[in-house]
Amino acid sequence: MNALTRSVPWRGTAWAFGKLGLSGRSLVIAVPMLWLGVFFLAPFFVLGRISLAEAIIARPPFTPLFERAPDGSLEIIASLENYRFLIEDALYRNAYLSSIRVALISTIFALLIGYPIAYYIARAPEPKRSILLLMVILPFWTSFLLRVYAWMGFLRTNGVINNTLMSLGIIDAPLRMMHTDLAVYIGIVYTYLPFMILPLYANLTKLDGALLEASSDLGASPMVTFFTVTLPLSLPGIVAGSMLVFIPAIGEYVIPALLGGPDTLMIGRVLWDEFFSSRDWPVASAVAIVMLFLVVAPIMWLQSVQNRRGID
Amino acid sequence: MDGRVIAAESKPWQNPSAQPFISLRGVTKRFGNFTAVSEVDLDIYRSELFCLLGESGCGKSTLLRMLAGFELPTTGSIRIDGEDMARVPPDRRPTNMMFQSYALFPHMTVEKNVAYGLLREGLKKSPAYERAREMLRMVKLEKLARRKPDQLSGGQRQRVALARSLVKRPKLLLLDEPLGALDKKLREETQFELIKIQETLGVTFIVVTHDQDEAMTLATRIGVMKDGVIEQIGEPREIYETPRSRFVADFIGTVNLFGGKVDVAAPDMMRLDIHELGPVLVPPQTGLTHGQTIWGAVRPERFSLSRARPENTQNAWKGVVEEMGYIGHMSQYRIRLANGVLIRVSQSNRLRDEDPISWDEKVWVSANPAAFRVLTR
Repeated sequence: MNALTRSVPWRGTAWAFGKLGLSGRSLVIAVPMLWLGVFFLAPFFVLGRISLAEAIIARPPFTPLFERAPDGSLEIIASLENYRFLIEDALYRNAYLSSIRVALISTIFALLIGYPIAYYIARAPEPKRSILLLMVILPFWTSFLLRVYAWMGFLRTNGVINNTLMSLGIIDAPLRMMHTDLAVYIGIVYTYLPFMILPLYANLTKLDGALLEASSDLGASPMVTFFTVTLPLSLPGIVAGSMLVFIPAIGEYVIPALLGGPDTLMIGRVLWDEFFSSRDWPVASAVAIVMLFLVVAPIMWLQSVQNRRGID
Repeated sequence: MDGRVIAAESKPWQNPSAQPFISLRGVTKRFGNFTAVSEVDLDIYRSELFCLLGESGCGKSTLLRMLAGFELPTTGSIRIDGEDMARVPPDRRPTNMMFQSYALFPHMTVEKNVAYGLLREGLKKSPAYERAREMLRMVKLEKLARRKPDQLSGGQRQRVALARSLVKRPKLLLLDEPLGALDKKLREETQFELIKIQETLGVTFIVVTHDQDEAMTLATRIGVMKDGVIEQIGEPREIYETPRSRFVADFIGTVNLFGGKVDVAAPDMMRLDIHELGPVLVPPQTGLTHGQTIWGAVRPERFSLSRARPENTQNAWKGVVEEMGYIGHMSQYRIRLANGVLIRVSQSNRLRDEDPISWDEKVWVSANPAAFRVLTR
């Protein structure tokens, strides 16, 4: 490192950047900033600009931002009409609410299923622990789409579950599971469970066993110890895991499209339909922007809660 | 170094009819093939401050954890206050533990940490916090009741841990290296505070430590452990003056160990033939026979140094001062005898203007017969 920083080309480059007002530190941060700028911020502004336009049958299918007025001056054409439309039309409102509901319920189930698994793995002895962790990550090695199709095979009217139950004589007629909200919940919880387990596991392995012993020594039963020591100390893991499930679940498109019924209303599907079926890019852009704020809001709120906690 | 002086009538271990408060019989703990604790028999009496002393890995912590209920003995029985503990889980035992790492709950304030055990007893909030504050007053931390553990210094955390483990008034308090994480000065202050608290509350303490000074200062009795076995149990003075094995003699304090044989074992005279020193007279004692292999143990302060040959003893050897360290209240010497043997001697510096024996002087090292402790193992 020292030999490098003392070398002539290095010092020459550093000097040149210094003249431009760039230090090593700002160069390091510049790379991710550039990435975010090009692939997130720029598309976001494009989307924002389209959401203020009006749909027309043309290529591209929306009105330009600037137009030359008859007197020769430039006019900016932008309106919040699309947003007003989103608020007024019950379809969008219901789609947003139903997306939040589906994401919330899925997150709760993922937490209820994921927590015991994460706890068990965190408490397992070493060789076993690595194998269990591998098993959690293993599904990622096959395509997500294939796994959702596999669930269709399970949930179908003459799928694996119905056939098994009927051959065992537990049910007489097949259960309707495919194309229901239940199938969507199963699909989302199944798909995002590892995102819940991994942060929880990372948190729970850090839990000091002496704390659990101390609690038991002071007269707490294992159940009480869980609620007074383990659970509060694993709160950061719960928050991280829930975020990682809730955020992608809210905008999920593939799972409700494949497993859900016609009445499964989720914003991801509405967005798809608006873009590709109605070819109404401006409304679709407005839908996307509102969704972004719906997702960002809970993150901002949680961040501020955590910051406040850190201070006192 | 000296232990606490307790009146003879308050030494229940000397009274064969006294009922032990804690009684271990044949307690063994194995982890797979490793035997951590092996066949331990131990009686501890009410209001004792018993120290389990040994190096790391000697099984002392495992023994403590078995008393707390975190480990179950592979074989053997543990009784506390007459009750068999075999089926009693840690949360129902009349014991509390102060952990080496303190194990304070990081998400709770000092006050909540201390009140935690009381709330688990079913005590209502306000009396629980009242008692917690009382306890914090005793350890002089009432002003920090609202702080979180990570806002405290090491010494303050140690006090919170102590308060938390005492607040339930346990019959038995188990302390795992209670002073281990404190710096030397704080450790010495805290030692005496711990004794004061123990005497005030009358709780029975069992302290695990690897620090012999700490054990000597704190304990009414010490159990010296090695490889899962208790080598010797006794009052600090007993352990120091009459160790039963070379391990105990060497582990507690400094000692000169010499190997040899019993030469004469008569009722009125006993002479050893020590390899390093030749014939040595010791007070007659029973149980030794002619030709038996023994070791002679002599504490450095039991040797005397003089420039002239001492007249009243046969146990005197000529040597040269090879090294000398002046410590203040005493000086430590290493004397090289003519046959090359090195002897450690320490002399207390009583007079201000004496002419001290110094480097390269020819000196006589002597010891009266009672200075030798004869060991058979």
